[in-house]
Amino acid sequence: MSKFKKKQANTKQSVPTSAMPDVVFMLLIFFMVTTVLREVELQVQIDYASAENIEKIEQKRRVSYVYIGPERLGGGRLGETKVQIDDALVDDINAIRNIMYDKLLEQPRLIVSLRVDSDSEFGIITDVQQELRHASTLQINYSTRREI
Amino acid sequence: MLNKKRGRESADIDGSSLADIAFLLLIFFLVVTTIDVDTGIGLVLPPIPDDTTPPPPVRERNLMNILVNAQGMVLINEQPAAVASVRDLVKEFVDNNGADPDLSESPNDAIVSIKTDRRTPYNVYIDMLDEVMGAYAELRHQASMDRFGVPYSSFEQGDERRAEIQEMYPKKISIAEPDEG
Repeated sequence: MSKFKKKQANTKQSVPTSAMPDVVFMLLIFFMVTTVLREVELQVQIDYASAENIEKIEQKRRVSYVYIGPERLGGGRLGETKVQIDDALVDDINAIRNIMYDKLLEQPRLIVSLRVDSDSEFGIITDVQQELRHASTLQINYSTRREI
Repeated sequence: MLNKKRGRESADIDGSSLADIAFLLLIFFLVVTTIDVDTGIGLVLPPIPDDTTPPPPVRERNLMNILVNAQGMVLINEQPAAVASVRDLVKEFVDNNGADPDLSESPNDAIVSIKTDRRTPYNVYIDMLDEVMGAYAELRHQASMDRFGVPYSSFEQGDERRAEIQEMYPKKISIAEPDEG
């Protein structure tokens, strides 16, 4: 009996942790690769519409976003519907033409993702679309959530 | 004497804090990461019409006019229709193959023209577009099952069979010119 007890006491009790940094590094590299650091600060409120027949945009490099929705004012109040491209609100709709044309020169296979608040009226989107047509950025994508 | 003592110390760098540093970075990236896949309804806008070249003639029967008006009502060829019925109507129209004289001659000729008003609610427009896309998706799925016995969604990007099905049912969706003013 005492012999048996002694044997058990000799076995190692600790779990080897030498591989832990490897595992952690692997996770770290995964998250580093998937992270998109530069998220724009939204100045408009957007509540996405949902749809069933949607497609994924695989190449994020090709995408440029146009945000359309009511402007966020202080204290949770909402203002008029505005257009935001990158970090700034666009006051003059006709300026979109030049902005988009410059983007198209940088990325010839540009997809413009329209992130529109579901309560918007279509007039402003028509204006933006006309500008996109003038800039000949014809590939667009209406950003929607998957309908559950 | 002192030197000798130092020489006996192990030369390894202590690596136990490596895990801590890696964890710290991991937590940072975990917090900032937003894994959101961009999803949406893709569409290609028509180019600005050229004054010198007139638009190609389209026969009336090959054109399906969908109007979403300011009240959020869907009108197909001036007939009011429920959003839920758009899918079947589009399928019928595209897959007619000349059977009904009022509907399209072939899927290749069929054009779905979408018109909106300035006060059209965006979500109704998206619902309607979703239905139109659904109609094409179902037609392509059906064609793919008949021809290859596998669903259309199983084809990778750049697959020949995918291109063949796309050619059978090209998505000809046109955004109508907005009214002046």
